Amino acid sequence: MIQVVQNYGLMIVAALGQTLLLCLLSLCIAMIIGLIVALFNVSHNRALNFVGTVFVDAIRGVPLIVLAYFIYFGVPAGMKAMGAVDFRLTALQAGTAALSMNCGAYMAEIIRAGIQSVDRGQMEASRSLGLSYGQSMRLIVLPQAIKTMIPSIINQYIITLKDTSILSVIGFPELTNVGKTIMGNTFRPLEAWAVIAIVYLVVIVSLSKGSHAMERKLNVGR
Amino acid sequence: MIKENGKVMVHVENLKKSFDKLEVLKDISIDIKEGEVVVLLGPSGSGKSTFLRCINRLEEATSGKIVVDEMDITDKHTDINKAREDIGMVFQHFNLFNNKNVIDNIMLAPVELKKMSKEDAKAKAMALLDRVGLSDKADAYPSQLSGGQKQRVAIARALAMNPNVILFDEPTSALDPEMVGEVLDVMKELAEGGMTMIVVTHEIGFAREVADRIVFVDGGYIVEQGTPDEVINNPKEKRTIDFLNKVL
Ligand SMILES: Nc1ncnc2c1ncn2[C@@H]1O[C@H](COP(=O)(O)OP(=O)(O)OP(=O)(O)O)[C@@H](O)[C@H]1O
Ligand SMILES: [Mg+2]
Repeated sequence: MIQVVQNYGLMIVAALGQTLLLCLLSLCIAMIIGLIVALFNVSHNRALNFVGTVFVDAIRGVPLIVLAYFIYFGVPAGMKAMGAVDFRLTALQAGTAALSMNCGAYMAEIIRAGIQSVDRGQMEASRSLGLSYGQSMRLIVLPQAIKTMIPSIINQYIITLKDTSILSVIGFPELTNVGKTIMGNTFRPLEAWAVIAIVYLVVIVSLSKGSHAMERKLNVGR
Repeated sequence: MIKENGKVMVHVENLKKSFDKLEVLKDISIDIKEGEVVVLLGPSGSGKSTFLRCINRLEEATSGKIVVDEMDITDKHTDINKAREDIGMVFQHFNLFNNKNVIDNIMLAPVELKKMSKEDAKAKAMALLDRVGLSDKADAYPSQLSGGQKQRVAIARALAMNPNVILFDEPTSALDPEMVGEVLDVMKELAEGGMTMIVVTHEIGFAREVADRIVFVDGGYIVEQGTPDEVINNPKEKRTIDFLNKVL
């Protein structure tokens, strides 16, 4: 095991960097997708509701691995058929897109539930003073919704971090992919996967401990 | 206190409101003058809240016309946010903004809607808090207040926009009995100061003392209206008599 770390340490660190990059990019985009889709779904506009619901159902109904294949292989093929011959997606682009959409759909549901957990009277009081729907959402409803959403968001972020491993299938050089390489080179699967598992474990546990500490801090202010 | 030759502040004409098949307001017409205090009485489910909520379009009227201070509320082209700036509302469950402290609850709308600078809004909010007897609670959060204190802050919040009329939907119904008085006192002072008020309440004592006019609604119609003496002491309609027998 020490040998694996000695020989492949740099590679593992680089892969961890790629994993975190992919994860961070996807989380940021997912947050935006999630917020927009959630606002669609709580709006009183039937067309927006429809679009939001279809998005969430479609993404949740397709396994992430299939979505990744679809974006990485399917979309460029489709673009080619339509005449865009030079269209290519890097594994990072395709991976980010797949992960953002996947995480975004779950975030949308978390945010929607958070918004709906805020008493209707809050929106009504704000509207009765003359504030617009958007102002009321931004100043009154969302700040209260976020408090209740934080545990679920942290949970979703951890799931997304683990889901980055699925993107090894499109050749993205993240941790799991490097695990395969090490196993192939050393013929020591036990050590290789133990090291990879420990890296995931350490990162995820420290992230979740850190987030919980932050969550406690936020709650003190109430 | 109705203003002499005051204008009509709230004009309601053949208002009808249904929720799907349920006809709640069947035909309501009423004119409320500037400075007038109207108390709305009626059994549970008779549509009192619905009536108030139609006035600031929290509920969309099914048909009919509502004009508040020359703004046609039922007209689709009216900027409803603008119209609501001048129509205060006080809710049964206070609905203070839980994520804001007391002073920010009061300042939020004037500042956000650019009615006042931050400094002016703050000064005004402090003056209003003083008026409702809560100067020392400026920094408290709603969760740290009693029901009576919350409702007084809610009234101050409505007043911060300088509304032309305030709608009260059972402002004391969610309060412990010992806190009802402090809220009614604030409302009484407002009435004496000439505020136009439409109040849904079961506090008959308040109605008798403060109202210029009592309106009794039932079954989607105005059944009887008049001065407190006429409606409370000498009701003519059987439905009014039955209702008063239950609440008095
Ligand atoms: N949003 C809504 N959707 C469907 N029905 C509603 C809605 N709001 C009110 N109603 C119904 O309309 C009727 C009148 O309700 P409203 O709240 O106006 O009565 P109220 O006179 O204020 O009663 P209370 O004294 O109990 O507050 C009730 O039967 C109620 O169930
Ligand atoms: Mg009611």
